[in-house]
Amino acid sequence: MAILVGRETRVIVQGLTGRAATFHVGRMLDYGTRIVGGVTPGKGGSRHLDLPVFDTVAEAVRETGANASLVFVPPTRAAEAMIEAIGAGVPLVVCVTERVPLLDMVRVRQGLDGTRTRLVGPNSQGVLAPRIAQLGVMSTASAAKGGVGIASRSASLTSEIVAQVTRAGLGQSTTVGIGGDPVHGLTLAECVELFVEDDDTKGIILVGEIGGSDEEQAAETIARLRPAKPIVALVAGRHAPKLRRMGHAGAFTTERAGSAAHKIDALRAAGVQIAPNARQVGEMMRDALAGV
Amino acid sequence: MDLHEFQAKELLARFGVSVPNGQVVETASDAERAAERLGSHRFVVKAQIKAGDRAQHGGVRFAADAGAVGTEAAALLGKRIATAQTPEAGLPVKWVYVEEAIDAAQSLYAAVVLDRTTGRPLLLASAEGGDDIEARAERDPDIIQSIPLTIRDGTADGDFAELAARIRLTGAFAAAAEQLFRRLATAFVTLDASLLEINPLALADDGRLVALDAKLAIDDNALFRHADLRGLRDFTVRDESDPVELEAQHHQINYIRMKGDIGVLVNGAGLALATLDMLCDAGGRPANFMDIRTTASSLDIARGFQLILENPSVRAILVNVHGGGMQACDTIAEGIGIAVRRCVGGREVPIVISMAGNHAEFARTVLENTGVRYISGSSPWDAVQKAVASAKKDRPSWLSSLVAKRV
Repeated sequence: MAILVGRETRVIVQGLTGRAATFHVGRMLDYGTRIVGGVTPGKGGSRHLDLPVFDTVAEAVRETGANASLVFVPPTRAAEAMIEAIGAGVPLVVCVTERVPLLDMVRVRQGLDGTRTRLVGPNSQGVLAPRIAQLGVMSTASAAKGGVGIASRSASLTSEIVAQVTRAGLGQSTTVGIGGDPVHGLTLAECVELFVEDDDTKGIILVGEIGGSDEEQAAETIARLRPAKPIVALVAGRHAPKLRRMGHAGAFTTERAGSAAHKIDALRAAGVQIAPNARQVGEMMRDALAGV
Repeated sequence: MDLHEFQAKELLARFGVSVPNGQVVETASDAERAAERLGSHRFVVKAQIKAGDRAQHGGVRFAADAGAVGTEAAALLGKRIATAQTPEAGLPVKWVYVEEAIDAAQSLYAAVVLDRTTGRPLLLASAEGGDDIEARAERDPDIIQSIPLTIRDGTADGDFAELAARIRLTGAFAAAAEQLFRRLATAFVTLDASLLEINPLALADDGRLVALDAKLAIDDNALFRHADLRGLRDFTVRDESDPVELEAQHHQINYIRMKGDIGVLVNGAGLALATLDMLCDAGGRPANFMDIRTTASSLDIARGFQLILENPSVRAILVNVHGGGMQACDTIAEGIGIAVRRCVGGREVPIVISMAGNHAEFARTVLENTGVRYISGSSPWDAVQKAVASAKKDRPSWLSSLVAKRV
């Protein structure tokens, strides 16, 4: 099995009739993903890509039995789309939209509190479970089914790591892009928990980068769970250009936890193997799984 | 979008936040006239740079009269000021802000910031404001207190009275602080801010709370719903950006100038960061950070590649692309092809390219067909090593063309 998605996953696409969604939904259908309908307010009752279109998420869920929603709505209306899906009780919401306003995401996170919905993203490349389902915009060219679970904050770097894992003869159970935005849904730490519980995942790769505290939180979770599965982490941005800083407020919150060194130290202390750079992450995982 | 102090204060005043009377000026004579107009017993002349710790580095000066204001303004204008929060070379002072000086009985601190871990805004406050607050908070974290905010009906709610009590304010001071906190929270949400910091926040002799400094950043992704801030945005774009970085932005490219000699073109921020790490690990020095956004067309990418070619420090170019669903390799190959053709007759710089993912094979055909001469990297790491080796070779002679002869 994979995490987050499975053969029983039935997907609706919010913003189905848009140009980007039309292109990517075609790819996802070709990949074998069970897409059962779409939502575009005002276009309910029509069909697009031979799929039924509904005015609301609630209606789409009722009519199709969907249990996942992929949000392809432009940034001006993406938050409202996510909140609608959460309100309709959709268990999995994946949002690929880039440039969603920060405070909109605060409202979405408030909307998630106390619900059973898992939100992936926004600004996520999506979730890919090889030979099961593709919910997102990622490259599938180098993906292969296997036992490595990958959770990452960056799309194109993940594609490179996926290719390395496949070249190392391992394949992936699931690849999850949690998205690059400061405020997002699913965390790296939650991905670790899901991968640890997943029988088909034999090893875990975390692809992090500077900024935020996702890596530090993941380190805490790993230290608590002490999983038997090997975990390899890459933290990108050791040599990032220095940027201007405004004021002190960032230093009083989680920005303190933003540097590559801080993240690497936290993960290493939790027993994670640190990839020196993006060069040999796949090989490191192969060696770790072989018990070298 | 980071704002200058004078812009931040003007916006905050609209929300009922008390700020000293002041005026922004570009010349020493205007500074003098501004002081005469403001008419105060003492003035502050403040360098307008978008970074903290100005006072510790001579960026905030006091003056007794209008003449002295002119002298201090002249000393600041045109200088660069470097602090722990600026790039090494510092930031240029193009404006100074002339203000009436406020006699403060006590300096407080207040800020609204987004806590990335909880996904909620936090209102921070301290009874001990001032430039070195970070160092003092390091020794004694309790001097900073905070409450979470909840966004509701277009404003932010929180237990403002509790926060005032926690920084040990009582009576009228507590009531004033509570009111100010509410106004800051409202301003933060209404303006779609990503940062709002008042430091110091003066408890003036007359009992008022006055924002002596203000730092405000607006979320670029929310500017679409702030037609009223469009003027500020245009000003910021003209004022702030490196013209090259700005042109890149116009072309859906994030570009940051660096000090090395290897130009770098990558799609995606994470892969770009990872590429810089590999490049430095291999002994190379990047000339720039470049992340091609998925929305960039081949013409945008061509312009981005030209920006690298036009940088005289660049001795080799490294292209590391992993084509995804949103942007396949051939789009980037096309962009490189266009740029190279446009630069026929320019200087020759070795180009090392690693491409993988969607349409990588087709992209190689595109490069071939457009006659781009390049060194092929079999993997990102192989390309990185070849780029480092190429940059270390003697500076290549000025040759007629980057384009193969048969084209």
